[in-house]
Amino acid sequence: MTATVMRPPIHHRSLLQQSLTVVWRNLLHIRRMPEMLLDVTIQPVMFVLLFAYVFGGSIDVPGSTYREFLLPGIMAQTMVFSSAIVALGLTSDLEKGIVDRLKSLPISRSSVLVGRSLSSLIHSSIGIVVMGITGLLVGWRIRDGLANAVLAYLVLLLFGFSMIWLGIWVGSLMRSVEAVNGFMFTVMFPLTFVANTFAPTQDMPTWLRVIAEWNPVSALTAACRDLWGNGLPAPADAQWPLQHPVIASIGWSIIFTAVFAPLALAAFRRRSKD
Amino acid sequence: MVRMVGSTIRSRHSIFGRKLIRELSMRPSSVGRMPTVAVEAIDLVKVFGTNRAVDGVSFVVPEGSVLGLLGPNGAGKTTTVRMLTTLSVPTSGTGRVAGHDVIKEPAAVRRSMGLTGQSATIDELLTGRENIRLIGRLYGLPTKYLNKLSDELLERFLLTDAADRVAKTYSGGMRRRLDLAVSLVASPPVLFLDEPTTGLDPRSRADLWDVLRGLVKDGTTLLLTTQYLEEADHLADEIVVIDKGKVIAAGTPTQLKDEAGRASVVVTVSSLADLPRAAELLRQHSSEVHVEDMSRRLTAPAAGLADMTRIAAVFTDSGIEIDDLGLKRPSLDDVFLHLTGHRAEEIDETKTEQEAVR
Repeated sequence: MTATVMRPPIHHRSLLQQSLTVVWRNLLHIRRMPEMLLDVTIQPVMFVLLFAYVFGGSIDVPGSTYREFLLPGIMAQTMVFSSAIVALGLTSDLEKGIVDRLKSLPISRSSVLVGRSLSSLIHSSIGIVVMGITGLLVGWRIRDGLANAVLAYLVLLLFGFSMIWLGIWVGSLMRSVEAVNGFMFTVMFPLTFVANTFAPTQDMPTWLRVIAEWNPVSALTAACRDLWGNGLPAPADAQWPLQHPVIASIGWSIIFTAVFAPLALAAFRRRSKD
Repeated sequence: MVRMVGSTIRSRHSIFGRKLIRELSMRPSSVGRMPTVAVEAIDLVKVFGTNRAVDGVSFVVPEGSVLGLLGPNGAGKTTTVRMLTTLSVPTSGTGRVAGHDVIKEPAAVRRSMGLTGQSATIDELLTGRENIRLIGRLYGLPTKYLNKLSDELLERFLLTDAADRVAKTYSGGMRRRLDLAVSLVASPPVLFLDEPTTGLDPRSRADLWDVLRGLVKDGTTLLLTTQYLEEADHLADEIVVIDKGKVIAAGTPTQLKDEAGRASVVVTVSSLADLPRAAELLRQHSSEVHVEDMSRRLTAPAAGLADMTRIAAVFTDSGIEIDDLGLKRPSLDDVFLHLTGHRAEEIDETKTEQEAVR
């Protein structure tokens, strides 16, 4: 007779519990390698200092100081970069076979993605907090009440959530961390610079101004400026998204999620089948 | 114990081999004295583009036994394991693990098996203990139980001292041991090991073999892939040899060795001058005598010890001085050469298994 293997008490956990376990693991990574947070701490702080003190003097902002104008832009940039954080983490896990290991377990396969997304939102939120403190130090203030301030943070988070799907898509398609790095930064820099993040769009050439004002990052930045009371509303000749930045930001977030979520899930599933 | 295949099967000469394996796999497993089937591959096919990485692989692993899936790099071993462990969806065919279909009941399959991948898939930034706890938590093991289990596993795999060190600092052997420990968190009745000892030094390899034998003694069914014939010979009850995505032979290690040819008697004469006379003597016993001038060696097929003793007596009577006389049984390397026409260690540089997977 062959012996029978004794099995331990296995309990089924909910998707949330499984995802939180994955989050626990991802946060341990940050604890072991705090330099992973450089992209949402030192890097944006450098941007703030660079733009506030080096370039800021020569950029005119109507109705506000340049530093107040700058902070919402940097916050928006940090949120857009959350897609790169997700993509890098996911590709690295795929490359190292961690995703295979997790997928061979009797758990919900979505927990890998949900866990990855949640930890990336935490990651970006750390950046937002660091930015907030930096901003307060250089003279940025919230001037339009608590409710609007909270709404601005919610809009930021929603946009970050939609960017996560882009990250999952790219992370599932790319074969190496280096490829993700190259791709993301080639896309992210023009996306966050050809916008109203660092300079007002009014002075740009007309064709560029149209592109910049339709850039979703501009709507997000303008929404934060409006809700925090940092500067004047967009001029009357600005494109529609800047006239209605909060609605536009929410709209962009919904569109991105609707487009990228199915693409991301399909790519992740395809990657999983081979 | 009833063996999976009554005699050595070679599908190279006919489709009979594959057919027989399939018929066996369809037998009701709980009837009579047939052991319960733990794993079966049923005509598995996986196509990547134009490459048929796995091309109709079938086999059966009875519960509590060890099956060695043997083949060179790129033979389709990893892809076969990935399909059986639900990581890859077969292009056609299917598999069953602990009675569950890998396509229709992937969740039940995942509950019944553990997997140790080709490259150790541990989390390098987590400590050994955290790696075990991560998997244990995902299985939903109670914390108290998990703490105790972690200690036990770490001790059993000689990792207690390194338990709270980040796995990045582990040696190759330690990583493999941790990987195996992680696979055993839920004590799966079926364990898949994809090249568990590749890249390990002989000492670590022998240690791992001991661990694996212990698992089998406790009732675990093992399916392991290997490029090392020696490993399959040491561990496996049954060996399935695959090459270019197809099963080319299956049987016990002994059956496969018999398949490669009978044993032979090897005589080394002391003086080159005696070689022709010695060859003449041997020819009286066997029509196929192979003579190597350089090494003064003669080889002739022999049925067994009795044959060898008789030949030894003939040489003693003849007065020819000999350095050495012995019976040589074919190794699994010979088997592989015999079956495929190339050596198992030959690595096809143009297409490794890893590339085939991608």
